[in-house]
Amino acid sequence: MGDFLQFNEVTKQYGALKAVDGVSLHIRRGEFFSLLGPSGCGKTTLLRMLAGFERPDRGRVLLDGEDITDLPPNKRKVNTIFQNYALFPHLTVRENIAFGLRVARVADAAIKQQVDEMIELIQLGAHANKKPHQISGGQKQRVAIARALINKPEVLLLDEPLAALDLKLRQRMLLELDQIHDQVGITFLYVTHDQGEAMSLSDRIAVMHEGRIEQLGTPAEIYETPHSSFVAAFIGDTNFFDGRVEALTDKDYCRLTIEGFPPALCYNDKRKQPNELVHLSVRPEKFRISLEQPTLSPQHNLVEGQVQEVVYLGSQTKYLVKVQEYLLAITQQHSRFLLDQRPIKWDDRVWVWWHADDGYMLDRYREQDEALMEMPAH
Amino acid sequence: MTLLFLVPTALVFAISFKPSDPWGGIGAGWTLDTIRSLGNPNYPAIIWRTLWISFVTTACCLVLAVPCGYYIARAPQRWRRLLLLLTVIPFWTSFLIRIFAWKVLLHPEGHVKRGLVAVGLADESTMLLYRSEAVLLVMVYTLLPFAILPIYAAAEKFDFKLLEAARDLGATQWRAFRQIFLPGIQRGLLTAVLMVLIPSLGMYIIPDIVGGPRSEMIANKIAQRTFVDRNVPHASALSAALTLAVMAPMLAVLLGRRRREGGR
Ligand SMILES: Nc1ncnc2c1ncn2[C@@H]1O[C@H](COP(=O)(O)OP(=O)(O)OP(=O)(O)O)[C@@H](O)[C@H]1O
Ligand SMILES: [Mg+2]
Repeated sequence: MGDFLQFNEVTKQYGALKAVDGVSLHIRRGEFFSLLGPSGCGKTTLLRMLAGFERPDRGRVLLDGEDITDLPPNKRKVNTIFQNYALFPHLTVRENIAFGLRVARVADAAIKQQVDEMIELIQLGAHANKKPHQISGGQKQRVAIARALINKPEVLLLDEPLAALDLKLRQRMLLELDQIHDQVGITFLYVTHDQGEAMSLSDRIAVMHEGRIEQLGTPAEIYETPHSSFVAAFIGDTNFFDGRVEALTDKDYCRLTIEGFPPALCYNDKRKQPNELVHLSVRPEKFRISLEQPTLSPQHNLVEGQVQEVVYLGSQTKYLVKVQEYLLAITQQHSRFLLDQRPIKWDDRVWVWWHADDGYMLDRYREQDEALMEMPAH
Repeated sequence: MTLLFLVPTALVFAISFKPSDPWGGIGAGWTLDTIRSLGNPNYPAIIWRTLWISFVTTACCLVLAVPCGYYIARAPQRWRRLLLLLTVIPFWTSFLIRIFAWKVLLHPEGHVKRGLVAVGLADESTMLLYRSEAVLLVMVYTLLPFAILPIYAAAEKFDFKLLEAARDLGATQWRAFRQIFLPGIQRGLLTAVLMVLIPSLGMYIIPDIVGGPRSEMIANKIAQRTFVDRNVPHASALSAALTLAVMAPMLAVLLGRRRREGGR
C-alpha cells in the first residue's frame, strides 16, 4: 500500500536550474497528499512529470507498480485540475464534463447518465447548458473537478486549484474538496503554497524547497517538530533564538544561553551536548502573556518585556513584545476570562512565559533561509 | 469608406442595364440585352474554373497556414518576431515583380523545370507555365500571408493550456488539435477564408501572366471586354455578377457569426 505512487530519484533540469532535484516520494492509495513550498520550488514541475507533460531527466515515476515515466499524458490514469481550470470555452458545462468519456468512446447513453450524476454531485444542474464564461469562478472550479473525476482517475492532481478564488469561496471549496475526497476515495495530490490549505486537508504533507523534499510527515508532525529552520519558518510563524547549550539540567532538559536574551530551559530530545550551537524555535501561540507575575512550575521559562504593538484580529490578538534584544511575536486566543481583566496595551510592562516542552531546538539554518525568517510576521 | 465602395458598385450595377455604342461608350436608354449576353456559352466554363481555382487556393492556403500560425504562436518570443517578418517580407517587393519572378522560374528554361527534369519528375516536353496549375501555385504563394496573419493572430490569443487539458483527459495530439485548437481559432480561420477567397475570385494579373488561354478567369474576361472589345456595359454586367459572387461568402460568414454570437 505504501508504494501506490512512487517518484524514484526524479530530477528535472531547465538549463542550469534544477527545478526538481532527486525527489523520492511514496504516496499511499486513497491518501490526500500535499506538496507545499514557496513559489518556484518545483511543485508544478513535479506534478507535470506525473501528468506526463514533462519528462524527467533522471529517475522513474511508478503508478500502481507500473512504470509510467515514458507514457504520453493521454495514456495515464491521472487527471489534473489546472490552476486556471482550463475549461474548453466553446463547449458547454455538460460537454466539458463529458469530454473525457467522449474521447474514451463511451456509449452515448452511458455518457449521459454519468454526466448527470456528476452534475448532481457538483450541484450545477441549473447551469449545465451554459458556456464557461457564463458561470462564476467557484462554479468553474467545480466543473473542472467534475471533468477530471468522471474519468475515474487513479490519482487526481490539483495544482493550486483555489488560488484564483477569494477568501470566502476558498474556505467553502476547501470543505467541498474534503467531502469529495471522502466520497470518491481516490488519491489526491494537492499542490499549494498556502500552508493553511495544506494543513487543513492533508493526510500527509511534503514540504519542498529548491527542488528537494525538505520534510515529509503529517500536518501535526511538520508543525510541531520541523526538521529544519526552513520548515519551521515556512509552516506558520515562529520565533527563532540563536543559542548555545550551556548545561544539561537532567536527562531530558538542557539550559541554553542566548545572546541578548535571558537563558532558557529547553526540552532536549535531540540529545545536544554542552557548547553545541542550536536554534530555538517557539511558536507565537505557545507563549502566555500577562500583566501580573504568574507563579509557575520550574519547567517554565519566564521573562519580562515591554509591549511594542498590539494587533486585534477578532478571534485572537497579536502582540509584539520587546525582551532585551529580541522582539517576540505572540498570539493569544481570547477567552471570556481575559475580557474581565484590564486589556494589555502599548508600552505596558508584561510577563511572558512558555513551557520548556514548547520550545523546539533545530540544528542550524542555512544562509538562504535567513531571508525567510526576517519576513515580517503576518 | 462605405460610400467609396457603394457609389462605384451602384454605378457598375446601373451600367449593366445600359446598351453599348460602337465607339466604346455607353449608349442612352435602358436594356436587358447585356444581362442576357451573360448567357454566352463560354462563360460557364470560365466561371467554373474561377470557382475551383479560388476554392482550391483557399483550401491550400488554410492547410498551409494553420500549421504555420500554430508554430509561430508557440515559438519563443524572439523567434516569433523573425518568423512574422519572414511571412510579410514578400510584400516588400512589388506584386508584379514577384509574379514575373515565378514566370522566370517556371519558364521552360527556368530553374524549376530544369530541376524537375534533373530528378526525373518531368521530361523536356512538359510545360509548367500557361496552365491552371501554374495559376494555382502562384495564387497560393501570393495569398498565403493573408491566411497566415489572421490565423496567427487567433492562435496567439489561444490558451495552449487547453491542449494540455485535452491531452490530460485522454485525447491524442491530433484530436486535441482538431477538437480544441481549431474551434479555438475559428475567428481567425473565417477571416483567413475571406482574405484569400475574395481576392482569388477577382484575380486578374496572375492568370494573365502565368496562365494561358485555357486558364482564364472571370476577371480576365472583364478586362478583355473593357479594353479589347470596348464594351463597358458588358464588362459591368460581368463585374456585377462577380461582386454578387464575392458578397455571397462574406454575407454567409457574417450571418453565421451573428447567429453564433446571438446563441451564446
Ligand atoms: N519550462 C520551463 N523552462 C525553464 N524553467 C522553468 C520551466 N518551468 C519551470 N521552470 C523553473 O523551474 C522552477 C520551478 O518551477 P515550478 O513551476 O515547478 O515552481 P512552483 O513550485 O510550481 O512555483 P509556483 O508556486 O510559483 O507555481 C522555477 O524556478 C521556474 O522558473
Ligand atoms: Mg506552480
